Amino acid sequence: MDIFLQQIINGLVQGSIYALVALGYTMVYGIMGLINFAHGEVVMIGTLVTITVAGTMIKAGMPVVLAGFAGLSASVLVCMALGWGLERIAYRPLRNAPRLTPLITAIGMSIVLQNLAMMIWGRNYMTFPPLLPKMDFEVAGANFTAVQLIIVLVSSLTMGGLLLLVYRTKLGMAMRATSQNPAVASLMGVNINRVIAAAFVIGSALGALAGVMVGTYYEIAHYQMGFMLGLKAFTAAVLGGIGNLAGAMLGGVLLGIIEALGAGYIGDLTGGFLGSHYQDIFAFIVLIIVLMFKPSGLFGEKTGDRA
Amino acid sequence: MAEVLLQANQVAKHFGGVKALRDVSLSINKGEVYGLIGPNGAGKTTFFNCMTGLYVPDGGGFTFDGAPLIADAPHQAAERGIARTFQNIRLFGNMTALENVMVGRHVRTRAGVLGAMFQNAATRAEEAAIRQRATDLLHYVRIEDRADDLAKNLSYGDQRRLEIARALATEPKLLCLDEPAAGMNATETEELRDLIEGIRADGTTILLIEHDVKLVMGLCDRVAVLDYGALVIEDVPAVVQKDQRVIEAYLGA
Amino acid sequence: MKKWLNPRSAFGISLIAIALIALPFVAAMGGQAWVRIVNFAILYVFLALGLNIVVGFAGLLDLGYIAFYAVGAYAYALLASPHFGLHLPFWVILPIGALLACVFGVLLGSPTLKLRGDYLAIVTLGFGEIVRIFMNNLNAPVNITNGPQGITLIDPVAFGDFKFSGTTQIFGFALSGPQKYYYLLVVLSILVIIINLRLQNSRIGRAWQAIREDEIAAKAVGINTRNVKLLAFAMGASFGGVAGGVFAAMQGFVSPESFSLIESVMILAMVVLGGMGHIPGVILGAVLLSVLPEVLRYGVGPLQMAVFGKMLVDPESLRMLVFGLALVLVMRFKPAGLWPSPERKRELTGEA
Repeated sequence: MDIFLQQIINGLVQGSIYALVALGYTMVYGIMGLINFAHGEVVMIGTLVTITVAGTMIKAGMPVVLAGFAGLSASVLVCMALGWGLERIAYRPLRNAPRLTPLITAIGMSIVLQNLAMMIWGRNYMTFPPLLPKMDFEVAGANFTAVQLIIVLVSSLTMGGLLLLVYRTKLGMAMRATSQNPAVASLMGVNINRVIAAAFVIGSALGALAGVMVGTYYEIAHYQMGFMLGLKAFTAAVLGGIGNLAGAMLGGVLLGIIEALGAGYIGDLTGGFLGSHYQDIFAFIVLIIVLMFKPSGLFGEKTGDRA
Repeated sequence: MAEVLLQANQVAKHFGGVKALRDVSLSINKGEVYGLIGPNGAGKTTFFNCMTGLYVPDGGGFTFDGAPLIADAPHQAAERGIARTFQNIRLFGNMTALENVMVGRHVRTRAGVLGAMFQNAATRAEEAAIRQRATDLLHYVRIEDRADDLAKNLSYGDQRRLEIARALATEPKLLCLDEPAAGMNATETEELRDLIEGIRADGTTILLIEHDVKLVMGLCDRVAVLDYGALVIEDVPAVVQKDQRVIEAYLGA
Repeated sequence: MKKWLNPRSAFGISLIAIALIALPFVAAMGGQAWVRIVNFAILYVFLALGLNIVVGFAGLLDLGYIAFYAVGAYAYALLASPHFGLHLPFWVILPIGALLACVFGVLLGSPTLKLRGDYLAIVTLGFGEIVRIFMNNLNAPVNITNGPQGITLIDPVAFGDFKFSGTTQIFGFALSGPQKYYYLLVVLSILVIIINLRLQNSRIGRAWQAIREDEIAAKAVGINTRNVKLLAFAMGASFGGVAGGVFAAMQGFVSPESFSLIESVMILAMVVLGGMGHIPGVILGAVLLSVLPEVLRYGVGPLQMAVFGKMLVDPESLRMLVFGLALVLVMRFKPAGLWPSPERKRELTGEA
C-alpha cells in the first residue's frame, strides 16, 4: 500500500512538471494549430541557464537564496526571449503555409537549439546546484521531500495565475477569441500578432519554470533532456484535450501518475519480464490509446470536419 | 406507382442546442428530378451531408435502393450509388480536369498496388478504360478542351461542370447537386438546366438543392420545402408554389 | 508508351548506366571507406523513396519510419546470426522482414490514420521510441535483442556459394565486399524507383493525391480514405523493412543506436528537402543529406585546425546544426523542396 501512495506522490510531482510544459504546447496549439516541437528545447535551455547563473553565483560565495532567485529570473527571461524569437523568426513567416511546413520548421528549430546548447554547455551531464533545503516528510508510510512539496505548490499557484490571466484579463479574452476564430478576432480589433507572441512568451516562461523544477528535482541536466520531456508534455496536452488549459494541467498530472504507477507495478504485472526501465513507453501507450478512442482528449471539445 | 429510390425516415440532426433537422421524412422516386428548397439555414445542406455520410444523423435513417444506408461512411454512399457535388465546389485543384474525373472512377475499378507494380494486362486495360470513360464524360459536360488544365485554373462555370462530371464518373443512381446554379449568370444557368435535363434523360435520378426558385420549379418533378429543419411540404411544383406556408417561409413571418 | 526510348533518352540512360557501373571503382580509388559512403547514400535513396510513398504521395507525416527499418534489421539479425544459431538465407529473411514491418505498419496505422496529420506525426514518433526502448531492454530476463550491445556476426548476403562479403574475382576484376553490396543496392533502388513511378500514375496513386488535395471530396467520390492511407503506410513500412535487412547484412552488426529518432528525421528531411512526391528530388535529397555530412566530417575538423590551429566546434554538432538550419531555411524559402515536381510547387506556393 505504501508503494501505491509513494508512487502517487512521485507521479504528482512529475505530473506538475509535465503540466507546466504541456501548457506551453496547448496554448500555442490552441491559438495557431501548431505543435511547437522546439518547446522541449526551450525547457532544456531554461534548466541549463539556471545552472550557469546560479552555479556561478554560489561558487562566488553568494547566498543560495539570491543565487536561486537570480537563476530562475535569468532562465525565465532567456526563455521568454527565445520563445518570442522563435515565433517571430521561424513561425510567423509561415503562418499561411500548409500545415506540414511549420511542423518541419519546428523540428528543425529543435535540432538547432539542441546543438547550440551542446556547443555552449558541452555533451556531458551537468550537476544542478542545490537551491532548496533537503528535508524529508513522512505521511502514512510514504516519504516526500521539501523539493517535491514546493514543486507541487509552485506549479499549482502558477497554473492558477495562468487561468486568472486567461479568463479575467483583456489579453486572455483576446487569446480565447483568437483560438476560436482568428479572422473574426482580428476584425474585432484583436492584434493577432501580439496574441500569438504572447502565447509563445507565456508558454516559454512556464517552460523555464518547469526547467528549473526538473533541475532541482533530478539534480542533473543534459542538452538532450528536453526532447523526451517535451514529448511527454505534449502527450499530456493531448490527453487533456489539446487547446484546453485546464485539460493540459489535469492531463499532465494524470500522465505523471500513470507513469509512476506503471513503473512501480510493471515488474509485478509482467512477472518480472519487463522492468521499470520501460517507464518511458507508458506515455506513448497512453497517447495512442487516447487518440484511438477519444482523439479530442479527456476534457476537449469534439471537433469535426466540416463539409 | 413510381418506384422509390431514396427514402428518408424521420432524419434528425442537432448541433449543440440547434435542431438543424427535425424528423425529416421524404422519398425520391426513380427517374425524377427532385428539388429541395428552403430559406438559408433551413437544413438543406445538413440533410445532404447526413445522406452522403459526412454527418451521422442523431435520429432516423435512410433507405436507398431497397437497403438501409450505413451512417458515417461517405465512401460507401458513393459505392451504393449516391454521388454529390458541393455548394462551395470541392475539386482536386492541383490535378488536371481529366485526372479529377479519373479519380471519380476509383469506386468502380479494382486495380491495386500489385497491379500498379507489375502492370499486368488487366491493369493496363482498366487504366485505358478509366481514361476513355473520363474523356467521354468531359465531352458530355462539354469541357473536353480543358482536359489537361489544372482544375483550379478552370472558370467557375467549368468547375461546376467538372464537379458534375466527376460525380457522374462514379456511375450514380442518385446524383445530388448542392446549389449548382449558385453564382451563375442567366446563360450559364440555362446551359446547366440543359445539362441536368440530359442527365435525367439518360436515366439518372437527381436531387437538386437550389436557391433559384425559377430553375427548381421549371426543372423538378417534385419539390420538398424545408424550413427551420422541418419538412413543410412535398409535392409537385404547381402545388408547392401556391402553398401559403411556403410563401410565408420565404417572405418571412 | 515507348516514347522514352527515343535516341536522346536512350543515350542519357546509357550514360547513367555506365556511371552507375563505374562509380564503385572510382570511389574505391579514395579507399573502401568511400565505397561504403556511396553504399549508404544509395541505401538512403532506397529508404527515402520508401518514405516518399507515405509522405510524398499520401501526404502522411511519418516520424517513426526508422522503426520499420529497425524491425527489418533486427529480423535479419536474429534469423541469420549465431545469436539464436539460426542461419536462414537472405532471400527468405528479406520477405519476412518486409512482412513483419508491414504488419507493424498496419497495427500502428489502422487506429491512427483517421487522425489529423500532426497527431499522426507524434504517434509515429512515439512508436519509433517504443521500438527503440524495447530493442535496448529486451535482453533480460530472456535475451532476445542483446540490449545496447546489439547483435554481431550477422551473415552476409549470399546466393548459394557466392558471398557478398570478402573479395571475389569476376571476369578478371577484383570486387570487394562493399562493391558487391553496391550493385545489390543499385538494383534494389532501381526497383523502388520503378515502383514509385508506377504507383504514382495508377488508380491508387491518384487516390493518394486526391486525399492530399481534399479529403472530404475524396470520400465523396467513394475513396475509402482510411484503407488507401493504410496501404501507403504499410507499403512504406515494408520498404523500410527491406532496407533494414540489407543494412544488417551489409554491416554484419546492428544495435539500437542506429535507429534513433534523428535517423527518422533525417530520412524525412531527405524527402522534404529534395521535393516531396517528386522522385528525382527525393533522390537528390537523399544523396545530398547522406554525403554532405561525410564531407563536413572530413572537411570541418581539418579546416578548423588549419585556420584556427585548434578545434573550436565539434564537427558532429556543427553537422547537426547545419542540418537543422537547412530544414528551417528550406521551409522558409523553398517550401516545396530543392527540386520539386512542377505540380507540387504550385500546390505549395500558390503559383499558377
